[in-house]
Amino acid sequence: MILDSLDVSQDAFETGTGWEIKPEGACKGDVCIPLPSPPEAGRVDVESIADQMGLPLVGDPERSVWALGPESVGARTLLSAQAPELRLPDLNGNQFTLSSLRGSKVVMVAWSPY
Amino acid sequence: MWQAFREDVADQGVEIVTVALETTGAEACRQFIEAANPAHPSLIDQYHKSAELFGFVNIPNAVWIDEDGMIVRPSEPAPAPPSMKADRPNIFADLVPPQRLLDIMGEAVKIRSNPAAYEAALRDWFTNGSQSQFAMTPDEVVNRSQPRSADEARGQANFELAAHFEANGDHDAAIPYYREAHRLTPENFSYRRQAWSLEPNELDGPVARFWQGPAVGAEDAWPYEGDWLSDVKAMGAENYYPEFKAEQA
Repeated sequence: MILDSLDVSQDAFETGTGWEIKPEGACKGDVCIPLPSPPEAGRVDVESIADQMGLPLVGDPERSVWALGPESVGARTLLSAQAPELRLPDLNGNQFTLSSLRGSKVVMVAWSPY
Repeated sequence: MWQAFREDVADQGVEIVTVALETTGAEACRQFIEAANPAHPSLIDQYHKSAELFGFVNIPNAVWIDEDGMIVRPSEPAPAPPSMKADRPNIFADLVPPQRLLDIMGEAVKIRSNPAAYEAALRDWFTNGSQSQFAMTPDEVVNRSQPRSADEARGQANFELAAHFEANGDHDAAIPYYREAHRLTPENFSYRRQAWSLEPNELDGPVARFWQGPAVGAEDAWPYEGDWLSDVKAMGAENYYPEFKAEQA
């Protein structure tokens, strides 16, 4: 998740990371990470929550931009077999949502022009 | 080839989604996508977000997802179906290959891949669904998904920052973050290929992206520790892709 500020709304944090703030902590599917200092008033202090959740925060302070990386709590890419949501544009900028293909088998193939 | 395969299996309730991992964005992908003219979703992933979420670490890699949105095979090498005709433009036509490209091709032929076995597995899953020997349980899927240590997670954050600078046209700002991503994710080859492919060499156009190493005579200007040819020789081309396995050993 790319950030231009270390103070973000809870909505932006949840959409950007896939982690939902709940009374029991930050949760993704069945996995919850307890938050001793949970966000208040719908604002998330990114440095604090990254520290509490073990999320890497890499900054380029000179350019005022940061990247908040993914969790490593399960030591694997997937915490569950439930496919994460993925929203990406096509060649013409039309947004596509992976979950729109529920009901079909999906083979998702990564390629590159290099 | 995925487009032809899709037409062939369209009546089996299957959809193909192709995702282009490319930090410079759509234009670098346009020629290939327009030549394939896919009817399936063909997406541009400038930040390699799908790779972070699903564990793509080289190209081509794929995941299988069932009708309920459950992953039944995590990311693994996914050779294009050999029974289908090719639809990629031949960007090497009319090129007298320089020695480096000949050397790359010499290594590439040693790379292990079993496209026929992979296509047969796909077709078995399309027919048999969760009863297919190739469809894994949720626990197997999680356990066989790509490892992610704290260092690798930090490497992914560094790569995302590099992609951000690249997307904003600041290639020089991206380089140190590509380098740090490479250092922290030693098993990830697409992060390397992406960065290597953006450095200049004596070729022009799409074929130049496959040079992936120092330009002749400008070795000192190369900003990365490795390059495709040196790294593949060091690891052994036969180890470039892990072997396709039906089930957990």
